[in-house]
Amino acid sequence: MDFELMINSFPKLLNAVVVTLKLLSVSLIVGLFIGLLFAILRLNKNIFINKFAYGYSYLFRGTPLLVQIFIIYYGLGNFIGNNEYLKSSFIWVILKEPYWCAIIAFALNTGAYTSEILRSAFQTIKPGIIEAGESLGISNKIIFYKIQIPIAIRQSLPAYGNEIILMMKGTSLASTVTLMDLTGVAKYIISTTFKPIEVFIVAGGIYLFMTFVIHNVVKFLEKKYSFN
Amino acid sequence: MELLAFGDTGWGDELFRATLMTIAVSITAMIIGFSFAAIFTPLKLSKYKSLNLVANIYTTVIRGVPELLVIYLFFFGGSGAIMFVASMFGYNEYIEINAFVTGSFAIGIISGAYSTEVFRGAIQSIDRGQFEAAKVLGFSRFKQFYKIILPQMLRLAIPNLSNVWQITLKDTSLISVTGLVEIMRQSYIAAGSTRDPLFFYSFAAVLYLLLTFLSMKLINKLEVKYSRGY
Repeated sequence: MDFELMINSFPKLLNAVVVTLKLLSVSLIVGLFIGLLFAILRLNKNIFINKFAYGYSYLFRGTPLLVQIFIIYYGLGNFIGNNEYLKSSFIWVILKEPYWCAIIAFALNTGAYTSEILRSAFQTIKPGIIEAGESLGISNKIIFYKIQIPIAIRQSLPAYGNEIILMMKGTSLASTVTLMDLTGVAKYIISTTFKPIEVFIVAGGIYLFMTFVIHNVVKFLEKKYSFN
Repeated sequence: MELLAFGDTGWGDELFRATLMTIAVSITAMIIGFSFAAIFTPLKLSKYKSLNLVANIYTTVIRGVPELLVIYLFFFGGSGAIMFVASMFGYNEYIEINAFVTGSFAIGIISGAYSTEVFRGAIQSIDRGQFEAAKVLGFSRFKQFYKIILPQMLRLAIPNLSNVWQITLKDTSLISVTGLVEIMRQSYIAAGSTRDPLFFYSFAAVLYLLLTFLSMKLINKLEVKYSRGY
């Protein structure tokens, strides 16, 4: 056990946590909106809209996140980079940056999972609650925004907490597109020192700590917004 | 389409072999995972606190740390660990373990943590009376488990195990970082030599979709089989 390496690598890894947290928070916020949008589309009675939303979530949940990142960063990047017209457009400014490519992939991925979580939450709302709103003369729009969405969010908190943790682990894939997040830096230190166990303990410990914090924050929110 | 031709002109046969490799790694990892689950599920359900702790550390650490980090640990640390054990037996030559073994073990340990949780949940939701009845009927402990608990447990576990399988199948894409030629690695090679990454990575996505779709069909059949009588 090389304790000196563990102590020396700790600040470097801690610095990389900033990148991980940035990737995580931005993709979760964007993903939440995508998820909400597609959950609403899933509940639409129009079969085409419905199938489109289902297809989106099926596609992103049925393929590995790594493939999604590679399609966006290498695939689309190459496609747009070779096209004179697209290369001068705004898309290229975004897609040439690995940071934005990773965020697009993460947001679309977590959006697909979030849409499933929210859809099932919407479907488990008791019809009596909506009827109560209707009989009080509240408009459908307000019932949706003020009654259905808050209840759905509360219902989906436990599942969404798991999704946050899964996404936090997912951000480690950013290291495959040259970003130096926590896993990226850990891999760099391992490959220069050949001390995998020591680095794994420190980096893994930081990840576990983040998992622990997320888990407890979600648990606190669940308690705070519980119905009883 | 000529990019996917079989033979020397296209990448069809290479990608086909890579798909078989992905399936082989997934199944091996799943079996390794079941072996881990077979060890850690009883520890989780044991009445001794220290055994519970061991199993909880395993499942918490593995489920709280990114898969990629675990793979790097095995990739960089695997042969070192084997050589350390071998040196205790007086063997000091360099040992290299192949990517298939490292990858299957890394993914297997991850998959085992999820399987352990699934089996624990399934056993805990079997009615207490079933255990008592098995005891009262004078079955041996092995028979109690094999004839009474296992069939009921499988019925409850299969839907969740199908999730574990999906996770395992998708996680195998991460072993491409160790150089094992599975779908992802083969697409990377093909994309590099044809300069058409969009096509090959999209095709990889289609292959994964196909695998998840077909395996879901198969698992649904199993689910029907194990829930007869309910």
